[in-house]
Amino acid sequence: MRATATTVIILLLVLSQPQAQGTPPGTPLTLVTREGRRPVPTTVLSGQELIALDDLASLFQVSVREDTLAGGLTITYRGRTIVASTDQPMASVAGRVVALPAPAVRAGRRWLVPLEFLPRALGPIYDQRIDLRRPARLLVVGDLRVPRVTARIDAAGPPTRATIEIAPAAPVALAVDGGRVIVRIDADALDLALPTGGGGLIEQVRAGDQPNSVTVVLSGRAGPARAAATEADAVARVAIEVPSIAPPTAAAPATPLPPPTSEPASPLPVLTASRPVLQTIVIDPGHGGEDVGARGAGGTEEKQITLDVARRLRTIIEARLGVRVVLTRDEDRAISLDERAAVANNGKADLFLSLHVNASVAPTVAGVEVFHLRLDREGEDARRAAETQAVSLPVLGGATRTIDVVRWDLAQARHVKASAVLAGILEEELQEQAAMGPRPLQEAPLRVLTGANMPAALVEMGYITNRAQENLLRSDTYQASLAQAIYDAILRFREYLEEGRTP
Amino acid sequence: MTPRGWLRLALGAVLLAVLAWGVTRGLERALAPEPAAEPADAGPAPPPEGVPRITATLYYASSDGQALVPVRREITLAEGVVPQGREILSAQLQGAPPPYISVVPEGTTLRAFYVTERGEAFVDLSPEVSTGHPGGTFAELLTVNAIVNAVTTNLPAVERVQILIDGQEADTLAGHVDLRRPLQQDDSLVREEPEIQ
Repeated sequence: MRATATTVIILLLVLSQPQAQGTPPGTPLTLVTREGRRPVPTTVLSGQELIALDDLASLFQVSVREDTLAGGLTITYRGRTIVASTDQPMASVAGRVVALPAPAVRAGRRWLVPLEFLPRALGPIYDQRIDLRRPARLLVVGDLRVPRVTARIDAAGPPTRATIEIAPAAPVALAVDGGRVIVRIDADALDLALPTGGGGLIEQVRAGDQPNSVTVVLSGRAGPARAAATEADAVARVAIEVPSIAPPTAAAPATPLPPPTSEPASPLPVLTASRPVLQTIVIDPGHGGEDVGARGAGGTEEKQITLDVARRLRTIIEARLGVRVVLTRDEDRAISLDERAAVANNGKADLFLSLHVNASVAPTVAGVEVFHLRLDREGEDARRAAETQAVSLPVLGGATRTIDVVRWDLAQARHVKASAVLAGILEEELQEQAAMGPRPLQEAPLRVLTGANMPAALVEMGYITNRAQENLLRSDTYQASLAQAIYDAILRFREYLEEGRTP
Repeated sequence: MTPRGWLRLALGAVLLAVLAWGVTRGLERALAPEPAAEPADAGPAPPPEGVPRITATLYYASSDGQALVPVRREITLAEGVVPQGREILSAQLQGAPPPYISVVPEGTTLRAFYVTERGEAFVDLSPEVSTGHPGGTFAELLTVNAIVNAVTTNLPAVERVQILIDGQEADTLAGHVDLRRPLQQDDSLVREEPEIQ
């Protein structure tokens, strides 16, 4: 009986053509090329943002052919071919298999593919660089200067202080115009990551009227703002300081008093005096030397993939964030798990990230998974002890100094909450760029994380025991998108740390 | 039609029927959750006739490799917690009954098993458990959880399990899961099959 029912369900599944009825996304996607900018229509269907292949045909001069025999779609560009599957979330690009978040789907007479098709499938065979900046809704084609622009309110004040960072650095022109500060950046377009709200005397930091400008909108209570640009470590920084309106003097009794503010009367401590929340990041490429880690059927070794991605990540973090990055190993050598944590602890790192490649007893399991430490009973005891048993020791001069008591081999105990946040952010950013595994976010008693005295997480970047994933893990495109996703997560985690510091 | 012709036709019909049955059973197996009934043909050998037996829960990877599945198997009944623990682990270390997959590297044997007064069991395994391990956090979690859960599920006297390798305390099996302290039962990767008998 069950067999018959199953057969009927199979038949129904086979007979029913996927009919897509999507909705347009909140913000359209903008195509940026040397010729200019134009919107690109996309549609959102069961959580996936899709683009029509016939739109791609006209935008990128590719030809599209439906191959009913092979059950796929053939996309050709200058003699190079992509075969996109209509039942599997993958495509074959000039013979190499790349993963996509969903298969191609039919909507009426058109075929739609996930947006990731552009960088992952078309990118490798296209003559120009294709760069999808998803959060900023930009599709950049060609070698254009599209720096990432982030803004943050450093202190509510008054005076209110804010920083705008441009990475990689580009020349900046500043104009202070009444209630606004206008930042013009010499670039083709901007990859904007701006805060939604303002703070203190800054009402908002928003995209400017020009495609390459940013506008800082000041509150009515703001006095004359000052702004200055500096450049260091390939990042341009614009520091903005907004004082409140000067209090009325006795000579001008007619001036109305400024409205009462809830801000504290005394100015906050000078920002430059406090240490940045993220100064050093330690990246730990798993395994090494004799310990090759997991191995794929094609001979790929985990230790090489982890080192490749760690180096890529170091390059982009150093170039864009200007933060010190230390690798626990920068060559193919064996290193113990305790040493890895020790590198981070001795280097006073603010973040520890271990990179690994997964393995399974079944070759079908695939996808990225993120881990953070789960404490056992002893770990829980250590965490409570760290919370309650800080010891005050007398020091020279009659003062006391507070020392935390935590077992060195359970140093992670006091960071479990921040590490869980870090792992959650990593999972969210990674799923933007890669297919996730059956359990994308897990808590486990992982040895390398226990001794790290800072927020820490471990990323399993894919299953090397799956043939398609093994190829993917070796590919430049996949490694680059993993590094990008982890970088984006680090940016967001820095915001989390900053929020925690200024309540 | 000659009698021979009829015979051919009948044979053909029977063949078709068998084929159709095979296909639907195959589909059912591919789509339905793993059969809960215990296949008689593989996995740890049941105890010989006449030997008193007991049903124990052993742990294997599901056929899709995504979870740990508790499977009820008959093993030899032994007197006392420690001898019974040895029987359970010996069965756990053997291959898995289809369609399940063993999560313990082939060739791994039990060197020793003992239980302390504090309810902590020590499972001493041969070095193959580490040298033959495929690696990867997930595969390692399945191996460790299968061994720990096989002991704690079947022996209520045991609260925590520490895995030793070749008589020594070990850091990890293949670089991931912390084995320095006794571990508690972990059901986070377990997927219960609906009708285990």
